[in-house]
Formats: sequence, C-alpha cells, structure tokens
Amino acid sequence: MIDHASRPRIAAKARLRFDRRTDGYLLVAPERGLVLNRSASEILRLCTGDHTVAAIVAQLAAAHADAASRIEADVVTLLRALVARGLVEIAP
Amino acid sequence: MTAELRPYTLVAELTYRCPLRCAYCSNPVDWARHPAHLDTATWLRVFAEAEALGVVQVHLTGGEPLLRPDLETLVAGARDRDLYVQLVTSGVPLARPRLVALRAAGLDAVQLSFQDVRPGPADQLAGLRAHARKRTVAAWVKELGLPLTVNVVLHRGNIDTVGDVVAFAETLGADRLELANAQYLGWALPNRDALLPTREQLDAARAVALAARERLRGTMEIVLVVPDYWTDLPKPCMGGWGRRTIVVTPDGLALPCHAAHTLPGLRFGRVTEHRLAELWTDSPGFNAFRGEAWMAEPCRSCVHRTRDFGGCRCQAYHLAGDAAATDPACALAPAHGAVVAARAASGRPAPAWRHREARP
Repeated sequence: MIDHASRPRIAAKARLRFDRRTDGYLLVAPERGLVLNRSASEILRLCTGDHTVAAIVAQLAAAHADAASRIEADVVTLLRALVARGLVEIAP
Repeated sequence: MTAELRPYTLVAELTYRCPLRCAYCSNPVDWARHPAHLDTATWLRVFAEAEALGVVQVHLTGGEPLLRPDLETLVAGARDRDLYVQLVTSGVPLARPRLVALRAAGLDAVQLSFQDVRPGPADQLAGLRAHARKRTVAAWVKELGLPLTVNVVLHRGNIDTVGDVVAFAETLGADRLELANAQYLGWALPNRDALLPTREQLDAARAVALAARERLRGTMEIVLVVPDYWTDLPKPCMGGWGRRTIVVTPDGLALPCHAAHTLPGLRFGRVTEHRLAELWTDSPGFNAFRGEAWMAEPCRSCVHRTRDFGGCRCQAYHLAGDAAATDPACALAPAHGAVVAARAASGRPAPAWRHREARP
C-alpha cells in the first residue's frame, strides 16, 4: 500500500487537465472527470512518479502553514482513494 | 436558466455506418435515411467550440468511427484542444498501423465492444464473424499502452455468462469493464422481448458483478448498468436533459442525447448553421426539458425529481406517447403498466432478433 517511500503517479489512463473556466484542475479518465479542489490539485501535480510521499508532504508543508502531520493525512487519504479507483498508481 | 449548465462531454457520432448489425444498436432505426456526413473542418470547429463551452471529454463514436478516413486528423484536432479523446469502436475495420497512427495523433483511450464471450453467439448477434478480430484488436490496444474499456451489452441471451465476461476482460487486461444492459430504445425497442432478462437472471448477474468489482478494485473498474424495466426507478438519463452532454449526429444535429431526434415536435439546430454555444443555450429542443417547469405529476412534486430529472424523455415518448410524461420505468408513472407488461415477455421463449439493416 502507500507509505512514506511510495512514489505515486497519475495512472496512464488519466490526465490532469487545467480548466480555464474555473482556474482549477480536473482529473480526466475514461468516462470520468473529477473536479479537484485546490489542495487535491497541488498534491496531484506532484504525483509524477519522481517524488516520494514524504517528499510531497515536505514540499507542501514548506508552502503552507498547516502542520506536516495534517498534510500527510490529507495526502495519504487522497492517494488511497484514487489508487482504489485506479486513477493513481504507485511507481515500481 | 443555463448559466449553471456546463457540458463536460461531447459525443461525436462520426457516422451511422457500421459493419456490425447488432440487434440492440442504439442508432435510430431510420439511420439509413440520414446519409449526410459532416466534413473534417466542421468537426474540428465543433471540437473547438465544445472545448470553449467547457467540454473536457470527447467520445468518437458512431456507427463505426473507423470508417472515417480522416479519423487521425479528428483525433489530432480534438487533442489539440486538450480534450480527452476516447475511441468507441467495434474494432472490426482496424489494422495495427492505423492504431499506431491514432495513438501518435493523441488518442487517449479505446472502448471496444464485445457481443459475447462465446464466439458463436457473439458473431450471431453482430451478424458478422467479428469476435476473433476483436480479440486481436484488444491485444494491440494493450501492447500500445492505451487504456482499454471492454463494453459488453447484456441481454437475456448472454447475461448468465457475466462471470465468464469478467474473466475474459481480465485476460484481455482491460482497465474498465462495462456490463451494460441494453436501453430499450433504437433497435433494442423492437427487439425488447428477445433482450430483456428475467429478474432472476438480473439478480444473479448483479451478485456476480458486485463480487468481481470488490475483488478487482483498483485493477479493473467494473460498471454494471441494470435495465430500468426491473428497478421501478427511472434513470437520471444523460445526467439530465441538456445538463452535461452534447451529442452531435453524423449529419450535424446537436442533441441532448443520441435519440432525441426521434421525438416529434422538438426543434434542434445543426452545427453547420449555428455555433455550438447557440445550440446549447438557445435551441428549443435543448430547452424543452431543462429545469422542472415542463414536468407533470407525479414528477412535479416528487422528492426524486432533482436526482432522476423525470427519467428518460425518449422512453416516455416511445412507451407513453408523450415525451413530457414521467418515464414509465417509474413505479409512480401513469404509464408504468407498459413496463410491467413488457417484463412478462422475459419469461417467455425469446422471439427471433431483427438485425439492424446492413446498409442504406
């Protein structure tokens, strides 16, 4: 499952797409589109397969006032949900 | 009224022509009377106009979209607009180099139809020896790294094999499996007595599909569409009329669903004569069933009206004779008897199919 050392990436079937109508991001996949809130967008933009969960949390913590533990909980919750839907995968 | 409405999906029906003759085809039964086809430039403009309206997904479908010689250009044009481009195909007219070219043009995903997991019944339903070809195409899709959705329309003759369908889709490496009972419109309406499963069949198939969905969660997404003839509840057809989706027919009509032009008295415009934004916002047909003002009882005061939007307008017309009536699938609908009566046919021997006509 997901731990600190996991390197999440957006699944091949999905695409992160800027939405100029809302200035936000959508995660688009076959027959599906998720409207992402700001924090989900920030997390997913770092899900390139290059960064570990720990690195993603550290980057977000550096940019925000929230506690790292809170950010980590948000990151893991989001990634678990998207892995279950096949929209995010863990790089080998 | 339309300020909050945004289309997310464009269904581009590139042609009604198809090598298959499936007895449940969702194209209109008079498809052969619509021979005109939009040219390449018009489709490219439609994609641009759709994206400007908010569309993020385009489904290139038909008929069989591979019969368009300009498909590579259309894929590239849609992808240029950053649309997520899915090809919805029988796979039959495809050669591997063409799939390579489509992928290079920006194709995002492929949805491939299978009529059955058993080659004999599959080819019989399609009216063509296509099953083996489709298996080959599925393998190409995966080899080229494209996401694969396998779509199997369920009916009385194949619904008992759902477990085998799941295993078959796993063998193909499908990312997504759609187990969709036919909606009894288009060619499926005259064939309904042969297609509608019994309640026992449906319950058994549902149990198998839901168990498989749990087992494969995160690996293969399984979508099960049950026939509203057995649920007593109408479907929120198209997510509501003119709320989420635009369908453009091969000859350029902009519609809220692929069968809306079978409803008499509604006026829809053509993309050859109007901008898509005008058609979406102003065409009388799009506005006919938006909001709730058109609803009669029991919908008008029903708590479900914001969820199911009164159900399917086409089903209301074709079963109750009134497109503004409550969908007869609903147990509260005055015309629900038409659906109840149709259920009885599922327990009788299936009549012969009427295949879709082969050509105009």
